[in-house]
Amino acid sequence: MKTPSPLRAAFRQALGEAWAGGAGVLLPIGFFAGAAMLVPFTVGSEASQLSSIGTGILWVALALASLVSMERVFQADLEDGVLELWAQEETPLFLVAAAKIIAHWLVSGLPLVLLTPPIGIALQVDPGALVPAMLAYGLGGLAFFLWGGVAGALAASVARGGLLISLLALPLFVPTAIFGALATLEGPGGPSLLFLAATTLFALSIAPFAASAALRLAVD
Amino acid sequence: MPENAHMTPEFLIRAAGLGAIRGERVLFSDLSLEVKVGEALVLRGANGAGKSTLLRMLGGLSRPDSGTVERPVRHHWIGHRNGLKPHETPRAHLTHWGRVWGSSAEMKEIAGQMGIERPFDVAGRLLSAGQKRRTAIARLLLADRPLWLLDEPFSALDTQGKALVTGLIDQHRASGGAVIAALHGEAPFEASGEVQL
Repeated sequence: MKTPSPLRAAFRQALGEAWAGGAGVLLPIGFFAGAAMLVPFTVGSEASQLSSIGTGILWVALALASLVSMERVFQADLEDGVLELWAQEETPLFLVAAAKIIAHWLVSGLPLVLLTPPIGIALQVDPGALVPAMLAYGLGGLAFFLWGGVAGALAASVARGGLLISLLALPLFVPTAIFGALATLEGPGGPSLLFLAATTLFALSIAPFAASAALRLAVD
Repeated sequence: MPENAHMTPEFLIRAAGLGAIRGERVLFSDLSLEVKVGEALVLRGANGAGKSTLLRMLGGLSRPDSGTVERPVRHHWIGHRNGLKPHETPRAHLTHWGRVWGSSAEMKEIAGQMGIERPFDVAGRLLSAGQKRRTAIARLLLADRPLWLLDEPFSALDTQGKALVTGLIDQHRASGGAVIAALHGEAPFEASGEVQL
């Protein structure tokens, strides 16, 4: 492969599709905000109680919201016949899968991270800690999207595979959730942030290959 | 046509001893074929006989249950599905694949040649089946690839569209390419061989 232009084209196509509503942009945002805002109604609006669980609530909401639109990311490509075309290209399919997942994260994952400070304030989290915590939410969210992408690829040929995606992806979220929650409690500079980054790097190095293997099966 | 001109491979695709099993059923077995420059092979068979399966094996999408496929040249794929996204216009579709393939083809020219100037900026979901098919077939003009694998290329096309595609196939064969097409009805082009499944 001399030039990465096929990859740029794949990335651009994925961005276009996400914007066009193929994968849903507002849906994860609405889900994220809605799930987080439900918490004060269920555990009570006691400020001290909320502030002690606020960052954890954000992690749970982020993990669930990252799966909301995952069903369509690869399924649409399979149904349209776009996947068949990519699968016959010289460009390695794992790079195409990675480009698609990262484009999807940019469109519907990054906004969730930007949304953590206002929702965190509503959950009585210390405002000073929220902006540094965005780095942790960003890293963790990327890992969630990568594992979600693997699950989405595995479920691409399954009708109404949304639940299957959750079942497949949520166990993979565990290490990221553990270190992510610790990192937001410790604040920046703590060792957990590095472990969190390690789980994201691990996802980044495994997920594209796993997703492309699943897509090869789906297209067969 | 640089890719076709300076190389004259012995064959563009060769399959030996191909077999396909679907569930408990053997679709075909010990199937061999070879296609050289200028040839057009037609795959025939009833619905479910395995035409698409064979074509997918030749394109590298499905792993053969037995046998091998050698494909020393690059190929174009027109599948049963058009590859056009619902929000994508024909212009966006062809620009996208043109980018992927490093094509320098003029979009306007291709649109004119395929008779899709009018719906060229209309989203895929609003196009007729024939317009979508024409858009998919227009991909063949983006990059010069010696081998074309076509699954029911004439489906959904009107008389004029069929004539258009027949012309493309003839032209492609004359300029050093070859075609393998799964077909239902009569082949409107002169086939050099046939595989009955």
